[in-house]
Amino acid sequence: MVVGSVARARTVLGARLLVLTLGLAIVIVPFVYMLATSFKPNSLVLEIPPKFFPDQPTTKNYVDAWTSNQFSRYFLNSVIVALATTFAAVFLSSMMAYAFARFRFPARKLLFGLLMLGLMVPTMMLLIPQFLLAKQLGLLDSLLGLIVFYTGGNLALNTFLLRSFFQDIPPELEEAMVVDGAGPWSRYRKLILPLSRPALATVSIFTFLASWDEFVWALTIINDPNRRTLPIAIALFQGEHSTSWGLVFAASAIAVVPVILIFVTFQRQFVSGLATGALKA
Amino acid sequence: MHKRKEQLAPYLFLAPGFLLFTLVMLYPIVRAFQISLYQWAIVPGTASKYLGLHNYLRALHDPIFWRGLENTGFYMAVTVPAQIVLGMLVAVLLDGKMPARAAYRTLYYLPVVTSWVVASLLFRYLFIGQGGLVNSVLHTNLNWLGQRWTAMLVISILGIWKGIGWSMVIFLAALQGVPRELHEAAAVDGAGAWRRFRAISLPAIKPVVVFVAILLVIGGFNVFISVFLITNGGPLDETQVLLTYMYRQAFSFLDFGYGSAISFMLTLIVFTLSLVQLRVFRRPAGTA
Repeated sequence: MVVGSVARARTVLGARLLVLTLGLAIVIVPFVYMLATSFKPNSLVLEIPPKFFPDQPTTKNYVDAWTSNQFSRYFLNSVIVALATTFAAVFLSSMMAYAFARFRFPARKLLFGLLMLGLMVPTMMLLIPQFLLAKQLGLLDSLLGLIVFYTGGNLALNTFLLRSFFQDIPPELEEAMVVDGAGPWSRYRKLILPLSRPALATVSIFTFLASWDEFVWALTIINDPNRRTLPIAIALFQGEHSTSWGLVFAASAIAVVPVILIFVTFQRQFVSGLATGALKA
Repeated sequence: MHKRKEQLAPYLFLAPGFLLFTLVMLYPIVRAFQISLYQWAIVPGTASKYLGLHNYLRALHDPIFWRGLENTGFYMAVTVPAQIVLGMLVAVLLDGKMPARAAYRTLYYLPVVTSWVVASLLFRYLFIGQGGLVNSVLHTNLNWLGQRWTAMLVISILGIWKGIGWSMVIFLAALQGVPRELHEAAAVDGAGAWRRFRAISLPAIKPVVVFVAILLVIGGFNVFISVFLITNGGPLDETQVLLTYMYRQAFSFLDFGYGSAISFMLTLIVFTLSLVQLRVFRRPAGTA
């Protein structure tokens, strides 16, 4: 009886692993094919019938993408925009989250409600008025225009996530500091921020990846080829050279690999932050 | 003195962030509706013409608007159930003790963190008619992206591929809140895996399933980048969805008023859904 159930449990586990692995193969194949194509010589990317792996892999696409097609510049633009956005958005939203989590003041509910409006409104709806606003402010065609609007767009979610984390910090710690005469700013700096490193890491990763991958706003306000970020550079490049798939996927790999590295390294914060964010919304 | 400082503090902490938020988010929300009431003049110095609700009536008589709504509906009808069923399947298989669980979870999640741009180009390449991998594997010679429904299907498959990991992670978190003892007791009573899932897990996580469904429907209404990069609404506007049509009206034809009317209608739908979701899910069961 006991032996039978052990054997049965093994069979069930085997079946689970089999189904999971088959499913995973389907999920992963497109990535593998992308990488395989990026190592093909350009004349071979649309052979008929297609070969999955190249016979003579070459790194030429990577060299070409990085040197002759300015992808190093686009990479740098993306780094600047994503880092500046992350810094500004996390700083501003941690301050707002502190106010919402630890102070009682008139209009608190109203202001928080308005902020949550920002979570519900589809970003695409704001595209036209934001474009006209950026035009008025002289922010079209500039990296600053990306940073300002990305920062504003990330505030609501970040504040929401950080607020719930700050609320869980025991108030006694802060009361002890008040007794010692510490003002609000030093409580925020010396108590709240240091205790919230995991939460700050989570929102930083979210913000960084969101601005790194952002496409529509950049496509809409950037015209100058020198100010392109990676997503628009890749998309436009494919439009301009419709058959250079090897080059497109080399550039894609350059853009995707940092994301995957960040994700795999920080995946615990990532997944837990995502799950709590979604379940608490 | 000290007390005044404490009273002022929250406003000072809020001010910089909230001012920026007001400028780039709240103000545009108000403007979006305003613009939709005008024939908006893009050239500086010329006056915009007030049209009232004309742009909205125009949409209701525009066959391409309706086609866009249909295509958006098709996308949701395909992607929402598929993401729920497949995400649930993977979550259930991953729930409980098993080797390499974290690795599976990470790999299933990879498409979620891959950019829409890269994923869209990748799928376009996979489904190319001549020399595409999919045609070669299936031994077909379909012009996937050249016809309305096959193209919408490709776009939907991309949506599913990219979305399973997300619903899986949410379901997995919810499943872990289901008391294990219930399962064990039911197993002792001879209930099979399917019956245990139907009778114990599913009722326990039902609110989460509804929550995921609503978010997926909202996400479906917002489909844009994949369509924009795979077909750009073509051939001949056959595969327009609401947002690609809005984008074309606004940024190709510079008809900001009409574009705003389309996106405002979409927002009303999404907003209603969000409110329903907030009402029902103040605090879903199975979370702390």
